Amino acid sequence: MISNILEKLKTGNITPEEYVEKTFERIKKVEEKVNAFVTLRNKEEVIKEVEEKVKSGGRLAGSLIAIKDAISTKGIRTTCSSLMLSDYVPPYDATVIEKLKKEGAVIIGKTNMDEFAMGSTTETSYFGPTRNPWDIDRTPGGSSGGSAAALAAGYVELALGSDTGGSIRAPAAFTATFGLKPSYGTVSRYGLIAYANSLEQIGPMAKNAEDLGILYSIISGEDWRDATTIKFSLEKEPYEIPVKGLRIGVLSDIMEMSDKVVKGSIENMINKFSSEGATIDYTKLGYAEYALPAYYIIAMSEASSNLARYDGVRYGFSKYNQGSWVEVYSKNRGEGFGKEVKRRILLGSFILSAGYYEQFYIRALKVRRLIKSNLDQLFSKYDVLLSPTMPILPPRLGEVINDPVKMYAMDINTVIANLSAIPALSMPAGFYNNLPIGVQMMGRYLSDSLLIGISIYMEKVTNLYDLTAPT
Amino acid sequence: MTKIGLEVHVHLNTLRTKLFCSCSACYVGKDPNTVTCPVCLGLPGAIPVLNEEALKKAIMVAVALNCKIAPKLLFTRKHYFYPDMAKNYQISQYDGPGSMAIAKDGIVNISGENVRIRRINIEEDPAKSVYPTGSMLNSNYTLLDYNRSGVGLLEIVTEPDITGAKEARIFMEKLRSILEHLNVCDCEMEGSMRADVNISVEGGERVEVKNVGSSKDVEDVIKYEIARQRAAITQGIKILRETRHWDNDRKVTIPIRLKESEEDYRYFPDPDLPPYEISDNYVKAIISEMPELPDNRAKRFVKQYEITEYDANVLVMEKALADFFEKSAKYYNNYKKLANLLINDYLRWLNDRNLKIADSKATPESIAKLMKMLDNEKITIKIVKQILPEIIDGKDPEEIVKERNLIAITDRSYIERIAREVIEQEKEAAKAAKNDPRVINYLIGKIMKKTSGKADPIYTREIVLQIINEL
Repeated sequence: MISNILEKLKTGNITPEEYVEKTFERIKKVEEKVNAFVTLRNKEEVIKEVEEKVKSGGRLAGSLIAIKDAISTKGIRTTCSSLMLSDYVPPYDATVIEKLKKEGAVIIGKTNMDEFAMGSTTETSYFGPTRNPWDIDRTPGGSSGGSAAALAAGYVELALGSDTGGSIRAPAAFTATFGLKPSYGTVSRYGLIAYANSLEQIGPMAKNAEDLGILYSIISGEDWRDATTIKFSLEKEPYEIPVKGLRIGVLSDIMEMSDKVVKGSIENMINKFSSEGATIDYTKLGYAEYALPAYYIIAMSEASSNLARYDGVRYGFSKYNQGSWVEVYSKNRGEGFGKEVKRRILLGSFILSAGYYEQFYIRALKVRRLIKSNLDQLFSKYDVLLSPTMPILPPRLGEVINDPVKMYAMDINTVIANLSAIPALSMPAGFYNNLPIGVQMMGRYLSDSLLIGISIYMEKVTNLYDLTAPT
Repeated sequence: MTKIGLEVHVHLNTLRTKLFCSCSACYVGKDPNTVTCPVCLGLPGAIPVLNEEALKKAIMVAVALNCKIAPKLLFTRKHYFYPDMAKNYQISQYDGPGSMAIAKDGIVNISGENVRIRRINIEEDPAKSVYPTGSMLNSNYTLLDYNRSGVGLLEIVTEPDITGAKEARIFMEKLRSILEHLNVCDCEMEGSMRADVNISVEGGERVEVKNVGSSKDVEDVIKYEIARQRAAITQGIKILRETRHWDNDRKVTIPIRLKESEEDYRYFPDPDLPPYEISDNYVKAIISEMPELPDNRAKRFVKQYEITEYDANVLVMEKALADFFEKSAKYYNNYKKLANLLINDYLRWLNDRNLKIADSKATPESIAKLMKMLDNEKITIKIVKQILPEIIDGKDPEEIVKERNLIAITDRSYIERIAREVIEQEKEAAKAAKNDPRVINYLIGKIMKKTSGKADPIYTREIVLQIINEL
């Protein structure tokens, strides 16, 4: 827990040097296998910064944090795990980074991810796949796989990810860690390298629910630099939520689409909720078969637009510079982007082209509205909608990456929250053959605190928190 | 029938900042690429945030051009790859599915004829391409200056209701005056008002001439294109849909590309810029604070100063001239004479030398002094015209007259003596003058020349007539 480390640093029980040395030793031991980081900062620099931050104070004074490489960090290269940005060093900090620095957090490094967050396994990274610390032959999920692996491998207590269609929750579920996809508009996206703006949020990742709550309270808030953020007030910490009387709707249609062992683990979790006094009801999400296509149409459309800017003129990969600008752009983009990214740019460009726009994009928006209004109805009956986070166990490397449809289908449970702006939290539900299984809770818009509160309560019931993989 | 439509781009250079970031909108004279930030450079992760003042200005222009104002402000991404584009899409507006322009369906009256306004868009300007040779046709490379990138623009599109070159020029001048009166644009700044001119003559397709820099050039372009297109058709050459470039040095248009089909810009709503409601009250509040429009000002001039409608309209066509008239009228109350001097002498002298009102150093006080000296017969009209350039240069009229002894000669006996000398030398003319008033003027001119324009013109005429009668 981060409070332990903060206390030790504060009292001098552990020196900044010892703290950083210990962390780097751990990384040195397993990073070769795990590959959680794209960029690990220089140890001496980190020690110096921790020393300064311990003195200057703040809610995270001197604590190390791993940041997904999609989030801009001033002076530290930010690659989005793409060759296109492999040398790009942002001249500015994302708003969440400013907030973390203000509270004394120290960035240890930038974590691996699917290229431009396009993937669910962290295998599309230009810097090679990240492996799951619980089983090195398996993926940690994605796209924020590096951040989740850094937690599960015992490097750090805190990490940031970003979630466009499950990119925080999938890796949290596959690594027995905690992850929150916040309500849309509660965390500034300023500085988050855009994949699909209308769907994604930066979110906290941690090894227990309390740390998750602390991190969320620090990074959230209205930001004038991001017009999609909103004014809202966070419930007071600590988030004390009695589970007794909580009305839980279990999404049976999603349950049915999940692997047997995953389903079993979630049922076990449901029983625990029930024993604590929650009322359980089985219900259906509805429109489940339309959610994925609608999600991918919107995400790819936005992606094709967002990624147009990478032409090698102002920054980024620009190996080719001879010939007409059309030739130069084509060559740089052709080589600078990986296969999955190009696939999504092409599909997105096609969807947005005249004639197809109404047929696909406008209809996807309609599905989005239908899902939203359906959820509104469900939330008049239930406080929380419960389902597995991922319908499957962590896949082996290469198992889904070569079958895009199979890979996209992994996201069936998670895209709902992104399409409808509501918060969703994944926490460990159990293990099957030492492979983590996560449970997802979705709540009403702006009920992030409620979800955090429930997980704080339930982690004590399950005793599944602060877990480190035995690598 | 000749059909002309204009697409006028107006720089919102009276705003303090660019359209979507806090960089200064005034970059004139700044070193290239020094007025930039992550947003206007299109850096990864940067997010545009609307400068609300731009919306207010757009609404004022929409009201002035009698347009219908949209209930919502929506921004659209217009995608095309081009080196001057920071994001390879332009944040603009679009009248189509899921989108709308800020205003449409307006009307402007130009000398009795109505020109319909199709729509008004708010959009961002791209970076400026700088060609080392000065021309894109023969440069080996292009330099980019992002100081202009992201500056707010209004795009004002007319229906093809303009019938000729002169009407187009008047439209441009009237629009300019409206923009100046509303303080939307400092139109004196280079490139602050540019037009794409669409021209078609009977029997030909529409030809677009891009990026024409001034009202005068618009007139020249149209004259040139009408002549070129008509000549081609007479010779049996087809006029195809194409885009041309105005070569301002050679005063010709050059073909750039054929337009075989509509370009597909893959428009879609910008997910970073949430819709902005425009309530009736919001519009009302803006209207209540709107500065006086040129048409209203001209009407007021007729009423308040009792000048002719023609003079009033000429004065308000240029805000600086109308302002100067009103300031001078505080010190001098023969408004008709004042208007006359400003329009026929002052403005013409500046125009002939390609100077602007802003270049003049004449003060309202000095103009008033000059006119009073004329009224008091201290100087002649000839001297007024003679010394006006020096007043425009900033000199005081009284001092000029004193220094150079230009006070009018009202001594009748002195004028008579000169007159007799002249008539003595011009005996033939004097005889002819009896029947021909033009010859009288010739004789008066001779006398004026001898007195350096100082002889009182009324006395001089009386005396010349008297002497001729005596002959």
